[in-house]
Amino acid sequence: MKGRVLVVDDDPALSEMLGIVLRNEGLEVVHCANGSAAMALFRESRPDIVLLDVMLPGIDGIEVCRRIRAESGIPIVMLTARTDTLDVVVGLESGADDYVLKPFKPQELIARVRARLRRGDDPEPEQLQIGDLSIDVAGHAVKRDDKPMSLTPLEFDLLVALARKPRQVFTREVLLEQVWGYRHAGDTRLVNVHVQRLRSKIEHDPERPEIVVTVRGVGYKAGPP
Amino acid sequence: MVTPSRPVAATDVPTVPTVPQSRLATMSTRLASLLERRSRAIRAALRTAARWLLHLWRASLQFRVIVSTMLLGLIVVLMLGSYLYQRIADGLVSDRILSARADAASQASAAQSRFDSAGRMDAVSLTQLAYDVVGQLSSPGADQSREVILTRAKDNTGPASVPTVLSSDVGMRFVPAGLRDAIAADPGHQQVQIISISSDNGGLVSAAIVGSRVSLPAAGQYELYFVFPLEREQQTLRVVARTFALGGIALVLLVGAVAYVVTRLVVDPVRRAALVAERLSSGRLHERMRARGEDDIAKLGKSFNAMADSLQKQIRQLEDLSRVQQRFVSDVSHELRTPLTTIRMAGDLIHDSRADFDPSVARSAELLYNEIDRFESLLSDLLEISRFDAGAAALDVEATDLRATIARTIESTAALAARQGSRLDVLPTDGPCVAEIDPRRVERILRNLVVNAVEYGEGQPVTVRLGVNENAVAVSVRDCGVGLRPGEAALVFNRFWRSDPARVRTSGGTGLGLAISREDARLHDGWLNVWGEPGVGTCFRLTLPRHRGVPIERSPLPLRPDEEGSEEPSADTVAPQPVPGQDTAYRPVAAPGGPQKSGAPS
Repeated sequence: MKGRVLVVDDDPALSEMLGIVLRNEGLEVVHCANGSAAMALFRESRPDIVLLDVMLPGIDGIEVCRRIRAESGIPIVMLTARTDTLDVVVGLESGADDYVLKPFKPQELIARVRARLRRGDDPEPEQLQIGDLSIDVAGHAVKRDDKPMSLTPLEFDLLVALARKPRQVFTREVLLEQVWGYRHAGDTRLVNVHVQRLRSKIEHDPERPEIVVTVRGVGYKAGPP
Repeated sequence: MVTPSRPVAATDVPTVPTVPQSRLATMSTRLASLLERRSRAIRAALRTAARWLLHLWRASLQFRVIVSTMLLGLIVVLMLGSYLYQRIADGLVSDRILSARADAASQASAAQSRFDSAGRMDAVSLTQLAYDVVGQLSSPGADQSREVILTRAKDNTGPASVPTVLSSDVGMRFVPAGLRDAIAADPGHQQVQIISISSDNGGLVSAAIVGSRVSLPAAGQYELYFVFPLEREQQTLRVVARTFALGGIALVLLVGAVAYVVTRLVVDPVRRAALVAERLSSGRLHERMRARGEDDIAKLGKSFNAMADSLQKQIRQLEDLSRVQQRFVSDVSHELRTPLTTIRMAGDLIHDSRADFDPSVARSAELLYNEIDRFESLLSDLLEISRFDAGAAALDVEATDLRATIARTIESTAALAARQGSRLDVLPTDGPCVAEIDPRRVERILRNLVVNAVEYGEGQPVTVRLGVNENAVAVSVRDCGVGLRPGEAALVFNRFWRSDPARVRTSGGTGLGLAISREDARLHDGWLNVWGEPGVGTCFRLTLPRHRGVPIERSPLPLRPDEEGSEEPSADTVAPQPVPGQDTAYRPVAAPGGPQKSGAPS
């Protein structure tokens, strides 16, 4: 696995340990110990993925996440010590693709990072249609009436997963596996939050979705084209 | 009744519509039923009114005070009125009798002297004289009338030369026999009696009758009666009675009004206090009573306000405490988790390369690795419990099919069950079983229950069944292991409780699992029940409401195995029953990867 990881965490021991584990996986690691410096370092080092602690001195992780998301769609994985629903959801809503709960096992973190980096390794040329959107899988582009829409890679993957099998209902667990790469049970709130974010970008009326439709008690499916 | 067969009816009598008998009968029955209905309606209305009054009596202190004051006032007015009325009536009558006596005496002596001066005369002129005298006597006085009767004394056995002379139509029949006897017995004195005579307008009127004797020349002893009608006295009494009645009614109403005003003075502040207390209890802690002046109500207000102040203060303190605790839990969570993450990663790294170490260091690495796991789960359970204690736990509800939740639970516990040699049987259900639950919490509960059943199941199969009715879903987890001794059912949900401290622990549970499960169930407004018998096994049953805010009436599943027969089967209960011969039980795969995920789309 190749790539550059920006680790934003104020705990020096954990940062160092993260560095050891990630370098063992062949990744390049850049450290940042506070939120205020994170943006500058992000622009300078141009990482492929960001690992972001929620609690940071200076600017907190949620805000850093929001600022990175405003500039770029690169994968962001939050490191959080909080299991409270609100904290997790706020983190995800600020734009994070995924989160790992401290204390995590190194394999778990590697799996998350790998899942975020692996995407788009070998895109096959493929054209998909969902609702009134046309998707160019290889070109990573979604267009409505030839106007491109800006989706993060994760939102793009989620949309592609649904569009590849129209009319099929995906449970949240299946989407977690296909889009996030979870082998085992994950947090289905990830799916909920990202479906909301995706809808806010692609639906005409996010309150009455027509492209990504909820199937009550089961999951989601692509709406009628 | 007119019958159609009578020809007269058709010619002479003005035509009456002829109605057949049968229709008349139906009409009469219809009328009867109408009357019956009406009387039933009236009775129902009366009952409603009575109920309403009873309710008012119970509910309103004011109503009670006013009604009882008015009733008491009415009794007093009635007693006093009737006493006074009696006294007035007595006084009037006795006055009248006195004057009647005097009048009668003077008139009688005047009559006697007329008769005496007449000398002896024949019967005709004596009769004429009698008529004259009676006419003169009965001529009305200044303001009151009197009637006169002259009749032969009872003991006068001489010839009836003078007939009974009446001044008007007051007949002899009004003269009571007792009076005549009394005159006969005591001829020297007047005799008085009160009688009723018919008045001019046809009614009866009281009258005083005064009798005495006169002796007529040649005709002997005669009785002379004066009848004084008490019309004026009765009139006066009627006026008095009417005045009394009106005055009494006015007085009772006045008493009622006074009671109303007085009770308003007392009840109003009490009602205000009740309102303020209600608002306080609904969480508006700033509400206070008005407390002005020095009276009892003001005292009530002041002490009420003092109570509210201290309540508010204590609630504030508790809230602060809870906030501090929540904050503490959150901080501890963060502060402990970060170093634990480093330790965990370091431990993993060492554990992965333990092959390079000498055996004792390698074994230490393994122990370190395992104990970090245990430490971590203990920490997360402790934090979860403190979150419940701080009231910081929140439900994240979504409509979930419990079959999927059970499948995931089984999947995550299959490996442990395989190690213990227990089979996990999931009894099939008829259809989807969707409820508004927090799937993470419910899965955690079920995992706890299954792990518990496997650990105490002694290698026997563990049965998981799912039930649903109109407003509840239930999952029961049954093992056939050691069971629970009497009294232990109440203890299993206690923190760090163990049925047998000497037992070898296999799954490394923290001892908090069931306590957390119960809190999770409570958060759902659900039930977590347990039944157990030594040597027979244990059954945990989780019952959750299907919709938030709709309470559970009855669990769809039985708790005790012997209840299965007694459980009333109803149409809306889809309690899964084991199907003999059909292998639907879930069989865990011992492979470390676990079984294939079910329900994944291809």
